[in-house]
Amino acid sequence: MLLFELFVQGLVQGSIYALIAVGLTLVYGLLRILHVAHAGLFTLGGYVGVIVTNETGSLFFALLVAMIGVGIVGMGIYKLCYQPILRYPPFVALIASIGLFIAMEEIYRLVFGPYGISFNEPPLPASVELLGMQLKSAEIITMVGSGVLIGALALLSARTRIGIAWRATVTVPEIAESFGINIERVRYLNFFVGSALAAAAGVMVAVLNNLVEPTMGSVPSYKALAIIVLGGLGDVRGTLIAALALGIIEAYGTIYLGQFLDRDAIAFAFLIIVLMIRPQGLFGRALA
Amino acid sequence: MSFGLGAYEMTLLTTIGIGVTLALSLNLITGFCGQISLGHAAFYGTGAYTAAMLTKSGVPFVLAMLAGGAMAAAVGIVVGLASLRVRHDFLAITTMGVSFLFVGVVRQQEALGGELGVSSIPDHGFGKFGFMLLALVIAAAVALFSIYLKRTWMGYAFDSIADDEDTARTVGIDVGQYKLTAFAFGTALAGVAGGLYAHQVRFISPESFGFIESITILSMVVVGGIGSVGGIIVAAVILTMLPQWFQFIEQYKLLLYGGLLFAMMRFSPGGLAALTRKALDQIRSRQPT
Repeated sequence: MLLFELFVQGLVQGSIYALIAVGLTLVYGLLRILHVAHAGLFTLGGYVGVIVTNETGSLFFALLVAMIGVGIVGMGIYKLCYQPILRYPPFVALIASIGLFIAMEEIYRLVFGPYGISFNEPPLPASVELLGMQLKSAEIITMVGSGVLIGALALLSARTRIGIAWRATVTVPEIAESFGINIERVRYLNFFVGSALAAAAGVMVAVLNNLVEPTMGSVPSYKALAIIVLGGLGDVRGTLIAALALGIIEAYGTIYLGQFLDRDAIAFAFLIIVLMIRPQGLFGRALA
Repeated sequence: MSFGLGAYEMTLLTTIGIGVTLALSLNLITGFCGQISLGHAAFYGTGAYTAAMLTKSGVPFVLAMLAGGAMAAAVGIVVGLASLRVRHDFLAITTMGVSFLFVGVVRQQEALGGELGVSSIPDHGFGKFGFMLLALVIAAAVALFSIYLKRTWMGYAFDSIADDEDTARTVGIDVGQYKLTAFAFGTALAGVAGGLYAHQVRFISPESFGFIESITILSMVVVGGIGSVGGIIVAAVILTMLPQWFQFIEQYKLLLYGGLLFAMMRFSPGGLAALTRKALDQIRSRQPT
């Protein structure tokens, strides 16, 4: 059963990666920016989740507050940090984003302390027997919750006016604009939705580990970059597949490759191999 | 024979020499040739580990340091091959991956001390003052080499690749070969700096060569002004000394680095060099003609 248990562990981890990476790939698709500071919003989501749950006693309410609050912070980051430097070459925004992310982590450390904070009472402590293995209910909720959120995103982009405007802008911004779409509004929406998903992932990780730390975003931030590259930058479907695949590969890799590579290096070994064979990513279309 | 310098000042100057060498070595790749690298600490680490393992098995320090440079260049050329396949953002992420991969692999190698690192690295035999001189001479040599390189045919070729790779290719510049050359030079020098560092501190561990170190090196290049030798030297000196001068900053060191990196990109993507140029222009334009 070990094989199957590892598979499920991989899916749990993969759903978290997916929630983070989707926001990142949305930002890339629209603005061609590698938004490293995205993981800082993931961490912020975790902190808001724990603090609000401890104050009010409701995890669900905390999740909502985290998603909306962090979504607004994400729009602020676009407005204050990225919008003014969009005209420069892409590495300018990338380096600015790395700087911003490091600064955010340091601020969390200085404000909330270096050792992190936990829930007063761990939420969802129960575990369920499923197909002969013990699953924590937090793990099930993580998988189901990510599915629901990403499903909602798919509906939003397929069925609503703003969603269609959004896809049009990603495809050809100039033509979308000439059809009367307000590109700035689409960008704000983009940052709001992406950041809210990252915040949800942060709350889920907080529940899974019963801990949020200042550095909890470090590894996911760079791994999410690897994921969106594997998925073919800007491609949401590819990103989802790459996220789940990486979660599962890591789960097996830790057991079978542990002597040569530590867990966090697996993603990058995989990434480098794939990029050397297919420079456009696993699912990306070849550039003309 | 130490010109009244105390042990502390000599250590500080040595650290500055290593910092300047590192920053200028990255500048060869990122500044001159325009190939962004977020994994420079991996080559610094390769040099440090190679040199340390060699002196521990009895090889003289200078030879070990040069071997460290050669080893780093060998790894650097392999990574440079990646720059032939992927560009811009993809290259940034690939080199970032190299940084994580280096730490991830070294950590699991018993022969390299694993998580605990390599300790009791032998003495370099130069004495504190001599070692400081060595570090400063190497830094100065790298600076002179950079300035010289800028004016050679190769420097112009680098410039054209940084500017617009496709156009460079159209006018018959062998883009791939120059990129690999830039990686070879830059990573070899980083490896030499690593050898110096390992024998200055005499203890190394994987953490010293992680992604944060790569970013620290990059921040020197960016704050100084990408491509500007003078600006980068000033930035490397300032960023090495700040935390030493203000001990209370140590706690805020990363916040300072992060904030500086962000502020520089947000308000002056050309770094100190561009700021100085702008200031000089303003002074000149104010003077009555």
